[in-house]
Amino acid sequence: MKARVHVMLKEGVLDPQGEAVRHALGALGFDGVGNVRQGKVIDLDLPEGTTEETVTQMCEQLLANTVIEKYEIELV
Amino acid sequence: MRAAVITFPGSNCDRDLAVAFESVGAEVTRVWHKDAELPENVDIIGIPGGFSFGDYLRCGAIAANSPVCRAVIDHANRGGYVLGVCNGFQVLTETRLVPGALIRNKNLKFVCKPVTLKVENNETAFTRGYAKGQEIVVPVAHHDGNFRADDELLARLQGEGQIAFTYTDNPNGAAGDIAGVFSENRRVLGMMPHPERAMEPLHGSADGQALFRALVEGLVAA
Repeated sequence: MKARVHVMLKEGVLDPQGEAVRHALGALGFDGVGNVRQGKVIDLDLPEGTTEETVTQMCEQLLANTVIEKYEIELV
Repeated sequence: MRAAVITFPGSNCDRDLAVAFESVGAEVTRVWHKDAELPENVDIIGIPGGFSFGDYLRCGAIAANSPVCRAVIDHANRGGYVLGVCNGFQVLTETRLVPGALIRNKNLKFVCKPVTLKVENNETAFTRGYAKGQEIVVPVAHHDGNFRADDELLARLQGEGQIAFTYTDNPNGAAGDIAGVFSENRRVLGMMPHPERAMEPLHGSADGQALFRALVEGLVAA
């Protein structure tokens, strides 16, 4: 089985890289792009039967820094 | 005073940190990241700058989950002293031994230059060699030194004297101009600037020396 974890900075946490992407899009002529937030997607190959709880532990312990980041888990 | 300096794959200031401790009379043991135990009777652990594990995932995240870091957390939980510089500060935030988090510099640039710091709290084992409000010059060299804390945490850090140093001219966008923070018990210090690179006049500044000297003098007496 596979799991996909989306990690994003929490609302309100400054995202300098997203901001740079927004500026670059503006420079390319894409007007009116509002806020840009950049995150990570982490794909995991897991043994069959791995629970969402286990993936949650992975996120809490390593995959996300919950001081500044939030995460969403998709089991596929 | 006995210090242990940890080396991770990608650490590059480990020797400088060890030399800084030795220059003020500390006995230094170098520790490899796979060691699950620290030398006995260590007074302070130094976590050096560099790019541990290539900064993969997040700066300091992989190192914070290495075997030796579990020993560092135990040492800190027993009331032991820890100094984390630059990548070491990032490791300490990832272990939650110091509050907050460090993200990419606001201007996205790697910043490498001497900066002026203001000593915010001089009533700690690390900073008692300085005067409160004293300005010191110490180099920074980092890409991810932008300290993040929400307003509530910022107010708490300010109220509880957990801010060690602030920048007089913020080089990275850090909240509250924060360059270094203490744990609640003031025995763990994480800082982005490199005091071990400001140890003698030839370095351009010897202002880092007072930090190491205070540790050696204070922890020997303790």
